[in-house]
Amino acid sequence: MSNQITNILLVGVGGQGILLASEILSEAAMLAGFDVKKSEIHGMSQRGGSVVSHVRYGAEVFSPIVPEGEGDILFGFELMETVRSLTLLKPGGTVVANDLQISPPSVLMGQETYPAELAERIKTQFADFLLVDGQKMATDAGNVRAANTVLLGAVSKRLDIAEEFWLKALQKMVPVKALQVNLCAFRMGREL
Amino acid sequence: MKEILSGNEAIARGAYEAGCLVACAYPGTPSTEILENTIKYKEIDSSWAPNEKVSLEVAIGASFGGGRALCTMKHVGVNVAADPLFTLSYTGVRGGLVLVAADDPEMHSSQNEQDSRNYARFAKVPMLEPSDSQECKEFTRLAFELSEQYDTPFMLRSSTRISHGKSIVELGERVTDLPLPKLEKNPAKLVMLPGNARVRHPLVEQNLINLSKAAVTMPLNRLELRDTKIGIITAGICYQYVREVLPSASTLKLGMVHPLPHDLIREFAAKVDKLYVIEELDPFIEDQVKAMGIAATGKEIISLCGELTPGRLRSAFGLAQPAVIPVEKMPGRPPNMCPGCPHRGVFFALNQLKAYVTGDIGCYTLGFMPPLSAMDTCVCMGASIGMATGVTKVVSDEEKKKVVAVIGDSTFLHTGINGLMDMVYNNSPATVIILDNSITGMTGRQDNPASGFTLMDDPTTAINIPLLCKALGVKNIRVINPLDLEETKRVIAEEMERPETSVVITNKPCVLIKRDGVFTKGPVYAVDSEKCTGCRACLKIGCPAIEWRPAGDGSKKGKAAIDPLLCTGCDVCRQLCKFDAIGSIK
Repeated sequence: MSNQITNILLVGVGGQGILLASEILSEAAMLAGFDVKKSEIHGMSQRGGSVVSHVRYGAEVFSPIVPEGEGDILFGFELMETVRSLTLLKPGGTVVANDLQISPPSVLMGQETYPAELAERIKTQFADFLLVDGQKMATDAGNVRAANTVLLGAVSKRLDIAEEFWLKALQKMVPVKALQVNLCAFRMGREL
Repeated sequence: MKEILSGNEAIARGAYEAGCLVACAYPGTPSTEILENTIKYKEIDSSWAPNEKVSLEVAIGASFGGGRALCTMKHVGVNVAADPLFTLSYTGVRGGLVLVAADDPEMHSSQNEQDSRNYARFAKVPMLEPSDSQECKEFTRLAFELSEQYDTPFMLRSSTRISHGKSIVELGERVTDLPLPKLEKNPAKLVMLPGNARVRHPLVEQNLINLSKAAVTMPLNRLELRDTKIGIITAGICYQYVREVLPSASTLKLGMVHPLPHDLIREFAAKVDKLYVIEELDPFIEDQVKAMGIAATGKEIISLCGELTPGRLRSAFGLAQPAVIPVEKMPGRPPNMCPGCPHRGVFFALNQLKAYVTGDIGCYTLGFMPPLSAMDTCVCMGASIGMATGVTKVVSDEEKKKVVAVIGDSTFLHTGINGLMDMVYNNSPATVIILDNSITGMTGRQDNPASGFTLMDDPTTAINIPLLCKALGVKNIRVINPLDLEETKRVIAEEMERPETSVVITNKPCVLIKRDGVFTKGPVYAVDSEKCTGCRACLKIGCPAIEWRPAGDGSKKGKAAIDPLLCTGCDVCRQLCKFDAIGSIK
């Protein structure tokens, strides 16, 4: 039996809601009948530090972390973190990134500058690259805080998980009062 | 029913299904979420204890009373709980008792990467090691049953990747046919005086021999024959990496890592051409396999340090690595204290006062990082105070004045009290700063004995820290507002100068506390760019809400700006500005 595993990396800054997004993704994959594993580090890596969440699904998944250089999709919530994690992606992999910059401490203190033209750099290395203005689209959908869901919608189009499972996962994981905005944000993302 | 659960959620579920009545812990990454999940089951009495030793003692009491009890901690927590643990193996249990030790290979959030399996052997306690969330649930449940069957506590070893990894779990029902707990006297078994302990010790040794034999046929130890050219003995998360990277190799997957099933290991070794032992950290299984006279390869190719990954395992076996796109180095993004964190002003003052700071474990350990750079030592929970006493015993009278211990409220109550007792008792002139933010912050805002609420969210007596210090005999106790920089620096300086023990206690809560009325955000601040001279004074506190905006003309000039979404209105930056350029937006 073929055991094709899909490897997804969700990267960004602690506090951006990466864990919830990776949970919705895992739930959708399970509902679609796949074996799923996910892994990330809590604790010291929160408090505004870099966060990397690994999600893998397929017929049978062993390692919960994506083997180095085997990522199929890099799902970036912040540009510098997206570029930092490109090494986890396989050549020819897909990048879906939020067009957002969050300055790290050294930049805030004026000791370093935020790297310029990051989107262009990603583009030269990965042809399959989608840059999303998540904040703007989420605002259009009704709440800037649904930016992750716009991106999730964009990622969902690139995965072999039917829309019904995504919607079920969103209904299960998103609080009722925020559900309508998130469903709207998700659909906007799917149209990208 | 299936659910995606983390290892920690699955351990909590396993305890529930096993009929566990009591769960007790002190928070510690990566174990914390276990108790945060047992509270979902109303049948389990879940509580935070002040430290791991007390949590194990509570679990022991529940077991002696006849109920099943769970006790969880991070690897270094076992050091604190080791005293009761080593004798608990002699007494054995009444209700099943399971101690979860969550290791942290790679030290994602720890000060060392000790291997808890050594404790199982040292304390003569059997240990199970799950390799995914389903096994976390099953092994927890099984550990309770085996604990009663063999009259011994059981340890369950997790690791960061197991505890925080998520995978699919098939849920089961809670057992309902357990006997009701009631008092039953049995001093010969439960009073470990020499006469009784001498009777118990041989039983413990025999128990381990019996378990080693029984483990040969237990399904949790699984012999999987594939290609027999390579045979690998492995356990826990390493099993997953072995299956990922070497799918055709035969494996002996151990679910019980202490005691080892010797006969099964011999059988497996005889069936394969070359035997490997793949384990993270210490050669725990490997040394015992080699001591059996069996040739095996292990630490020759797998590091003693850090965690294993599929890539590292590939390298160990000389397999090709996938191509990696090179990326230039980006500015680092280390964790930072939150905007408005009440610890920031204290470390700013300590930096200015050029104090020698003996530090402790918590968010405030980040006071080590630039630009605050005001921590000189950090060893273990509660160590700051004892270390400060020790430093003052050897340095000159002038240098003694520089010595300051810094410790959080939760860590002070954990194991700092004894240090302060010693400091007073032995007349140390050092200064202790207790950063009382009314919560256990680093592990994710857990209540503690000073916060006034239990894990179950019931109101309770809050320990009064100033009164406690007074009762310990501290004569000089000052309570300060750490958001007032002038007061903070002045009071700390005065107490450093004083040639006797003094305690300074800060009184502002953690900005992450969500309970109503504890922390309230003030008016947001902004920089008046007309008045800002670009002197960078406000950047010296390292607040994530303050950003340096370069002038953009290639010069070093620029101005500061405040992110209104992040600012909590703590007012600390305003006090640093000599040009009156920072103020609140009314």
